Amino acid sequence: MTINTKYVGKAPNRVEGPAKVTGTAKYSAEFEVPNLAYGVVVSSTIAKGRIKSIGADKVLALPGVLQVFSHENVPRQAWFDRAWKDDIAPGGSPFRPLHDDEVKFSQQPVALVVAETFELARYAAGILEVEYKEEKHETDIEQKRDEGHAPGKGKSGYKPPKSRGNANKALDEAEHRIREEYIHGTQHHNPMELYASTVHYHPDGKLTIYDKTQGVYNCQQYVAKVFGLSKDDARVINLYNGGAFGSGLRPQYELFLSVMAALELKRSVRVTLTRQQMFSIGHRPHTLQTLEMGTNPDGTLAALKHYCLHETSRFEEYTENVVNWSGMLYQCDNVHLSNQVAALDVYTPQDMRAPGAATGSFALEVAMDEMAYAAGLDPLDFRIRNYAETDQSENLPFSSKRLRDCYHLGAEKFCWSKRPMAPRSMREGNRLIGWGVAGGVWDAQMNKASAKATITADGYLTVESAAGENGTGTYTIMTQIAAETLGLPLEAVTFRLGDTNMPEAPVQGGSWTAATVGTAVQKACQALGEKLLKLAQKMDDSPLKGASLDDVEFVNGQLRLRTAPEQSVVLRDVLQTSGEREIAADSTAIPNLINMAKYSMHSHNVVFAEVMVDEDLGTVHVSRVLNVCAAGRILNQKTARSQVLGSVVWGISMALMEETVPDHRFGRYMNHNYAEYHIPVNADIHNIEVLFVEEEDPYVNPLGVKGIGELGLLGVAAAITNAVYHATGKRVRRLPIYLDKLL
Amino acid sequence: MNPFTLTRAETVEGAVRDFRDSDSPAFIAGGTNIIDLMKENVARPTHLIGLNKLPLNTIEPTAEGGLRLGATATNADTAWHPEVQCRYPLLSQAILAGASPQLRNMATNGGNLMQRTRCYYFYDTATPCNKREPGSGCGAIGGYNRIHAILGASEQCIATHPSDMCIALAALEAEVHVVGPGGSRVIKFEDFHRLPGNTPERDNTLEPGELIVALELPKKGFEKHFSYLKLRDRTSYAFALVSVAAVLELDGSTIEDARLALGGVAHKPWRDKAAEALLIGQPATTSTFKKVAEAVLKDAVGQGTNDFKIELGRRAIVRALQQATAGGKASDVFLNSNP
Ligand SMILES: Cc1cc2nc3c(=O)[nH]c(=O)nc-3n(C[C@H](O)[C@H](O)[C@H](O)COP(=O)(O)OP(=O)(O)OC[C@H]3O[C@@H](n4cnc5c(N)ncnc54)[C@H](O)[C@@H]3O)c2cc1C
Ligand code: SF4
Repeated sequence: MTINTKYVGKAPNRVEGPAKVTGTAKYSAEFEVPNLAYGVVVSSTIAKGRIKSIGADKVLALPGVLQVFSHENVPRQAWFDRAWKDDIAPGGSPFRPLHDDEVKFSQQPVALVVAETFELARYAAGILEVEYKEEKHETDIEQKRDEGHAPGKGKSGYKPPKSRGNANKALDEAEHRIREEYIHGTQHHNPMELYASTVHYHPDGKLTIYDKTQGVYNCQQYVAKVFGLSKDDARVINLYNGGAFGSGLRPQYELFLSVMAALELKRSVRVTLTRQQMFSIGHRPHTLQTLEMGTNPDGTLAALKHYCLHETSRFEEYTENVVNWSGMLYQCDNVHLSNQVAALDVYTPQDMRAPGAATGSFALEVAMDEMAYAAGLDPLDFRIRNYAETDQSENLPFSSKRLRDCYHLGAEKFCWSKRPMAPRSMREGNRLIGWGVAGGVWDAQMNKASAKATITADGYLTVESAAGENGTGTYTIMTQIAAETLGLPLEAVTFRLGDTNMPEAPVQGGSWTAATVGTAVQKACQALGEKLLKLAQKMDDSPLKGASLDDVEFVNGQLRLRTAPEQSVVLRDVLQTSGEREIAADSTAIPNLINMAKYSMHSHNVVFAEVMVDEDLGTVHVSRVLNVCAAGRILNQKTARSQVLGSVVWGISMALMEETVPDHRFGRYMNHNYAEYHIPVNADIHNIEVLFVEEEDPYVNPLGVKGIGELGLLGVAAAITNAVYHATGKRVRRLPIYLDKLL
Repeated sequence: MNPFTLTRAETVEGAVRDFRDSDSPAFIAGGTNIIDLMKENVARPTHLIGLNKLPLNTIEPTAEGGLRLGATATNADTAWHPEVQCRYPLLSQAILAGASPQLRNMATNGGNLMQRTRCYYFYDTATPCNKREPGSGCGAIGGYNRIHAILGASEQCIATHPSDMCIALAALEAEVHVVGPGGSRVIKFEDFHRLPGNTPERDNTLEPGELIVALELPKKGFEKHFSYLKLRDRTSYAFALVSVAAVLELDGSTIEDARLALGGVAHKPWRDKAAEALLIGQPATTSTFKKVAEAVLKDAVGQGTNDFKIELGRRAIVRALQQATAGGKASDVFLNSNP
């Protein structure tokens, strides 16, 4: 009999698709709760200084305005910083909304106006007069070039690996050398869904909080610690995210404000940020990088130095892992990496899709292209010559690495061999054509998570874990894993997530959810399977008597012997015979620390891009992108491909148009809306192809998956930049490549 | 956003009267611009007079052989109207280069003329802006001014008019028909929008309470040789950095008549008749076009972030004239958008 309950690796549709397209999927600002009041945030107009006065009286006089919260009347909360630290907080003192009269960054929330209707709250917020005493601010990293410092040890403070060899000496002796600076400005996550929190205040004073977040447990512990609540008093729910890209890893200020207002007013409250305010909640930092490289006469890398300086806030020391990848992607014996941050009067930057690696791979991979040209080598050939067989930074073998196969497959599909080396050698009329290549490396991470699996007498399985779903496909792949583990049809399985009443899962980030929650789901289902086997063995004439879990398989709604598949029982019969209404099992999965100590676990990719550049007008059109990824096992071809497609679009955006532009005189971002913060529209996107080179990896985690949410972004901006060079002969080292850079 | 009342005018006279008799009134048509400005507290009307019930949404031939575009006809209906596509393909192309299909379905012809600048500082009440708050200063001067003017700016304001449609209307020399408390009048398109000077708060020469009822296109539509070239930071749904509307009348390869209007470079659609005159009687060649491009931009001044527009403007003029010479097909509306 063929097995038709095998789903892993296939391409089933998103299980939550119908709910999304029919609008029954509810987002945080959409939950209806009784007697709801509305809060609107007033944002600071200065970047640094003191609040002199808040003209609350005039606003409170409006009938229907319930309260104006500001530092003048905010109730006392937790005193110590540690209470304000969420799971993802970097070192330093987390921002406390409405804490005192100090303004630390432009658009800082300075008041919350709560009213009976949203319209009234918005009007009242619009006329609230706030007076400031301005102080001199600094928001420009360019002015801080000499004031960077190595970040302290706080959480997520990455340290570059120790230097190896002698990079300076090797550079001096190198046959060819390059040294260049690469820059990109600030970028904001800007998910479509606005940050919002709907807090349901129950008559007994308990709260149900619907918050836009990538981690419900993270929010729950934050709320509990800050407001001195017991965890039972604050249930946090997030069923869907309209995108987040890392902006929801940390609790945002709408959560604090809505909970504070609900507790004070003893009433349900909703706070929704505006699009403009979405530019006040963390960002990919403005980053300056310098790469130095040298080659030996045989085209191998003699030396590599990578230095990075990026911004952080004055109150927290956010640190990105920008440079470490450079010690790992290529074989090189003389490497020096260093990383510095400089504090500015901005909000703390925040992880944004492939944090650090998107930035670092841009600089590294453009530098590799420059180095290849300096050495007179084909850029792909140059990479293959310097292929890293082991992780030299950690001095460990890779748990699996098929990047070489990605190079070869990509080159063949893209017809790379037809590429003339010289820039400006391909054209069509006014259009110069160029091909570029680049790639990247990303961590294959796993964390601790728990899950619970429950099967009811009618044979329906529900699996729960408080994971997040950013639209990545979590619902779908977890359903696949559960259904396959217990041999059930997909339709008989429901996966639930995003609720602190469920078993704990970490924030959804780092591309670790597939491995982390997937393993927990698999383990819970296996534990449930063990219980089912025991019950099956109790049945009269059970053919499974004496069999161990390893001897049986769950397939097509049956439990059967592996060696003698005709010896089987129907699961539903087992359940019915048992007389139980439901059977449940839970389990916690943790990463394998021994394997982690023995192997370097990473995913890799390579991106080929074709651009057409109008010779006179400088417009760039990305006509073709091929992204080949090696990320272990692919659980769902469709959702994985979608992740990479989205990454490519993101990379095109990063390369050509995306940037939050500050006016340093005001210390303020000026293009803080969707009309002027440009991301691609359909007309900017053309042929994108995604290929996976699957890896068998017995060490990385029981599922053999490495995660695909971030990898696809790596190298895209660099491949486009390199293609632009190939087309035009112009090397752009400051993103985005606006048309005027090519005039 | 302020609380406001809304009435929907049924007649032109009723709309004009309602405006005259109200405190802080504003007309609203498609609402795609004024609502945003109200949400940002840039516009704070307390009474809105809806225009969409007015009988002004028709597009009809005029006795003089031209075409009359109703003020409340949508940008989409106008761009796709067979008469516009056939006889004034430049206009169709310009409208379709603007905004997005959703916006064009709502936006009206009158509203398009009246839309306000997209200057970042104008939109952000935390920063100074002479247009929004006369006397407060100009945030864009010395600041981030990528989308700002290089021609005809003043020390008070360097904003641009953001419309695409208006660039084509300027090239086609349309007329603006208005009705106000003092009766009706006709404004030549070149006199409709103004330069900022010392009163940047005034975008145009319409008097308060005057209502645009129609735009009239003259007979001549330059349907054979036209081009609307729009350069921007993404391929659609972005305002022009520089745009050029070019139309030609050719006798063989000799230019008999020509018009050139630039968008994204000034407080109004930019015409330079002296420069255009350099085209007349000349061969339609790149060297002719380059001369004209030089002439149009000879007095251009960059503001820092937008310095590139001077060179981009020159190149865009040459390309638009080349494309116009080659001729455009009315249906080929994306011919001149980015590659
Ligand atoms: C994100 C975005 C992108 C855009 N991109 C482009 C673009 O690329 N190119 C482009 O050209 N445009 C673009 N637009 C602007 C759009 O074309 C204008 O918003 C639209 O044309 C305005 O028309 P409306 O009918 O909606 O005007 P409304 O918003 O209703 O009104 C705008 C102004 O006109 C006044 N008004 C309206 N009708 C009349 C009348 N008959 N007489 C007198 N006054 C009147 C109103 O009082 C108000 O002050 C964009 C808009 C947005 C929001
Ligand atoms: S350019 Fe004009 S609209 Fe912009 S800030 Fe200056 S005065 Fe205001």
